[in-house]
Amino acid sequence: MTDQLYQDRIVALAKAKTGAGKLATPTKSARRDNPLCGDRVVVDVKLDEGGKIAEIAHQVRGCLLCQASASALASVAVGRDAAGIEKVRLDAERAIGREEGEAGEPFAAFAPVKAHKSRHECVLLPFEALKEALS
Amino acid sequence: MAGAEQSMSFDVAAVRRQFPILSQIIDGQPVHYLDNGASAQTPDAVLDAVRTYETTSRANVLRGVHRLAERATEAYENARIEVANFLSVDPMEVVFTGGCTAAINLVAYSYGSLLKPGDRIILSELEHHSNIVPWQLLRQRSGIEIDVVPVTVNGRIDLNALPRLLTSRTKLISLAHVSNVTGTLVDVHAVVTLAKTVGAKVMLDGAQRVPHGPVDLSAMGIDFYAFAGHKAYGPNGIGVLWAKAEHLEAMPPFHGGGSMIGRVTFTETTWAPPPRRFEAGTPPIGPAIGLGAACRWMRTLDWKEAHAHEMALVERLMDGLQKIDGATLFGPGSTQNRYPVVSFLLEGVHPHDVAQTLDSFGVAVRAGHHCCQPLMDRFDLDGTTRVSIAPYNDNTDIDALLTGVQHAARTLR
Repeated sequence: MTDQLYQDRIVALAKAKTGAGKLATPTKSARRDNPLCGDRVVVDVKLDEGGKIAEIAHQVRGCLLCQASASALASVAVGRDAAGIEKVRLDAERAIGREEGEAGEPFAAFAPVKAHKSRHECVLLPFEALKEALS
Repeated sequence: MAGAEQSMSFDVAAVRRQFPILSQIIDGQPVHYLDNGASAQTPDAVLDAVRTYETTSRANVLRGVHRLAERATEAYENARIEVANFLSVDPMEVVFTGGCTAAINLVAYSYGSLLKPGDRIILSELEHHSNIVPWQLLRQRSGIEIDVVPVTVNGRIDLNALPRLLTSRTKLISLAHVSNVTGTLVDVHAVVTLAKTVGAKVMLDGAQRVPHGPVDLSAMGIDFYAFAGHKAYGPNGIGVLWAKAEHLEAMPPFHGGGSMIGRVTFTETTWAPPPRRFEAGTPPIGPAIGLGAACRWMRTLDWKEAHAHEMALVERLMDGLQKIDGATLFGPGSTQNRYPVVSFLLEGVHPHDVAQTLDSFGVAVRAGHHCCQPLMDRFDLDGTTRVSIAPYNDNTDIDALLTGVQHAARTLR
């Protein structure tokens, strides 16, 4: 074996399945597909009166990286609005080397993905779905 | 074990030595290349042919009178003859295209323009997107209808379902000769026999069949055949459409430009005869010469032995996968009527994660929907992990893959 993309922290995030499932009465919902690999993410959100996320759930038909990213995102999404989610996305992009700077938690766990450009979209797909749901 | 005895006499090491890329060490590991269904590797014979053209004969074809142009034209037309010999057809029925997809699009556009609204085309559920979307575009342009033959649970085109789809309006049946997901071989004789009952033409997508030895199109009774150079040990950017001369004669051009004309005026332009009618502009000369060399190289192999070797590797692979907890084959569980393309699933692990893990063991495979989303939808799959084997693969490739799959099963679920 030459590298360790699937480090314990990423596997643990995926297995945690934080937020996995559906919301009974979402305020908004969005689905994003990656046409290259077929991964699919559906995100449901319930928003409070100030437009902040009160509840979030996701259904991922995709790889472990996509599952881990959706799980990590769900773990920090509640209480944030669209601008707040963009700050989280910056952490994810820093972790995979798309942006300069040190990534905050929990997305620092995704640093091993940096060397695998073909997998960057796997990490970002849940953000794309959530962005659409919040738009 | 089918063919295992014969494979003893197949000198895989001698074949491997002809593929310089396979002797590489990447990050301390040998290259276990099992993604041949996406792109095969290229032997010295092809690399040498392209280099010889580029260094001794590079010029445009057909138009020049100087010696380099003469050499280039001769090499280009000799490549057409090599392809024709490989397919047992007349060289004038061989059209060079940009690839297999381009060849199918050519038929869909040009032959398709001869069809009328309400005419019907039959495809199958296991087709590659390249044998679906061009026909959907034709449907949008011309109002034709598309019928779909289902697949069986073993990943074979269900020919029992074909008769009830045939009507007097069925003009063409276009199917994968060999599936790029399951490796299954279609029963061409049965398809042609059924097609004849309603006067329909038959086209085969040969992309996954051609890399496994010469194809005798003259004996098959079909009308159109398409394949890609890069999957058949040749360069990228080149493919082939073969069609019966009578069809090519009747078909209007696809692209317009230089070379494909008889005479051009602003009031009227006439077309060159086939195959040049379908090769507008400067063709991919070097790639065509490389493909000719690839066809010549393939004919140097004893394919009875090579195929037995490939299928012995398929057996080794299937036996090994069956011993891994949670691994299941997608497609036929035997080596009968198939080619060495094997898809599998690993319960609880996404195919991309299997493939990524295999890469860390130096093993290259393809994972995902394989440009066959309707087939994935039919079986409610996210995708599969696909192993596609060439004659230069050996037991070490299969064993490295099995080690990697075991590792993925242990660590990712």
